[in-house]
Amino acid sequence: MRLFDSLWIEWRIALRFLLDSRLQTALIIVGIAVGSAVVVFITALVNGLQDNLIDRTLGTQAHVRVLPPDEVNQIVREPGVITLVLDTPREQPLRSIINWQAVLATLDQQADIRAVSPLISGPALARRGQARASVALIGIVPERYERIISVSDDLIAGEFRVEAGYAVIGTELARELGLGIGDKLRIDAGVERQAVVRVTGIFELGVRELDSRYVYLDLKQVQTLLDLPGGVTQIDLAIDKIFEASRVSERLTRLTGLEAESWMEKNRELLNALESQTLSTQIVRLFVAISVAFGIASVMAVSVVQRTREIGILRAMGSPRQQILRIFLLQGGLVGLTGSSIGGAIGLGLVVVFNEFGPGLFYIPLDFSLLPSAVAIATLTGILSAALPARRGATYDPAVAIRYV
Amino acid sequence: MSDPILQLTGVRKAFAVGTPAEVEVLHGLDLTLDSGDFAALVGPSGSGKSTLLNIIGLLDRPTAGELHLLGQPTRELSDADRTALRNRAIGFVFQFHHLIPAFNVLDNVLMPLMIRDGKPGGAEIDRARALLAEVGLGGSELKKPSQISGGQQQRVAIARALVTEPALLLADEPTGNLDTRTAETVFALLQRFNDEFGCAVLVVTHDPRLAASCRRTIELVDGQIVGDQLTTNSTPRRHRP
Repeated sequence: MRLFDSLWIEWRIALRFLLDSRLQTALIIVGIAVGSAVVVFITALVNGLQDNLIDRTLGTQAHVRVLPPDEVNQIVREPGVITLVLDTPREQPLRSIINWQAVLATLDQQADIRAVSPLISGPALARRGQARASVALIGIVPERYERIISVSDDLIAGEFRVEAGYAVIGTELARELGLGIGDKLRIDAGVERQAVVRVTGIFELGVRELDSRYVYLDLKQVQTLLDLPGGVTQIDLAIDKIFEASRVSERLTRLTGLEAESWMEKNRELLNALESQTLSTQIVRLFVAISVAFGIASVMAVSVVQRTREIGILRAMGSPRQQILRIFLLQGGLVGLTGSSIGGAIGLGLVVVFNEFGPGLFYIPLDFSLLPSAVAIATLTGILSAALPARRGATYDPAVAIRYV
Repeated sequence: MSDPILQLTGVRKAFAVGTPAEVEVLHGLDLTLDSGDFAALVGPSGSGKSTLLNIIGLLDRPTAGELHLLGQPTRELSDADRTALRNRAIGFVFQFHHLIPAFNVLDNVLMPLMIRDGKPGGAEIDRARALLAEVGLGGSELKKPSQISGGQQQRVAIARALVTEPALLLADEPTGNLDTRTAETVFALLQRFNDEFGCAVLVVTHDPRLAASCRRTIELVDGQIVGDQLTTNSTPRRHRP
């Protein structure tokens, strides 16, 4: 270790000084450890909570949806002619993405897109005997759709078998219509557009709206039912970096000329909540860091005064100012390093305790990657907080310092 | 004859310069120390002995005048260069021993070498051990300063001052708080090293008996050298070959 070799005596003196005033050193290390433990635990807790919320949100929706653009009135204006126009908004009928096969092929080739799933969805009535329920028909290509939302993980009965004549429905709908696996369900999507399908699976996504309305069917069957032969109304995408979603959707809007909408736009409020949570965590961290820094600075200031005579001796023996400075900076760094290592371990220990004995609402992953940054920040804080006292020590007049009692 | 170890010309020192409280402590001193000199600096309290010693030891700068150490003018040197020169050329022995309590005896002796060169080599450790043996502390290398007596601490301090083989050894009341017998032992050590290594020794002392056993006595009164003579009853001094 070159750093250790070139600063050998500085390390040695710094360590000796720290070990020599054991109680003082222990106290400041405990202080730093408590601070780091709080920061590591809170960070792990909030990260875990946020990941959990995002997982739950994205468990039931695509990261980005590509939709056909809205229909608008095109108004032709003749130059020099004043035209009075009464512009009523157009109705938005169910319509297909034009040339969706080509769009699909393009999307399949994007490096940052993990999965692409074309689907067609539209309203219908589900009937069984006297009971009726309004549902959303979702026509999918199952193997593609599973890579966006893995419904088979949320099945509570049957299997995820979606092909002509078979349907997978939500648990709420099953309850309302009294359906079980193998039962028949009549779908009514309009005049002359009806079908009877057999229930093969029942899922529970945990979102009431979806569990009571979604009916997964074969893509072609829904195309027929909704009278959009060969069409899809939407392309769902999953991407690798979920927080890049809005940038990806902007890019795709330009690329395809279609409307791309990311989960981030659909979940503004969630994101706002997460952001303010992150901000408040950062504020907590900042203030913990500040109080730790003041703690280190005050202990180092006391230490420098206590070592006045030794500083004088070292200077008289020919120790340069820079060396004195480094000795005290090293002490600050060392207490920061030791305290935060201990504190980081305690923080992760608290995470384990929380997972074992806590309320059990969600699981905090044990994130060891928090440790290096926490230790690095605390060490740097230690060095910086020691800077002022160290400078004072380095500029002591040796002739005066040596006579200090 | 080689250059003198130390040469002071017109050295003045004033404190609180530029304020109404300005006071001049040293009024233009001229002084030369040759290699092999063993000189006592005597004088009443407040005569400026400590100030002069600080200036000679490069711990303080003169207000006016020049100080040559090993033939090198020091007035224009930066703090870092003065510190390096101090480490190389000067050994200090203070009244209150001033060992570093956190380190053991051997490390204290090695300290001037370690702050200059880092980790000491085998030869340096051997030299420190030999010096400790010479001051009669052969078995105490690993003891802490608090575990040995005041006289022993002062002998460790002498070993420490000599470990860099300095050209000039400065001792400020080295026997000031030792009993008479211990004081004599310590003083004898200084004399022996002066003989053996040929380093010039300047001792500030209040003790007329000790001053009398030095080969040269410099008397400072009110910031002026009023006497500088060879002591008659001392052994003739030996020069380095």
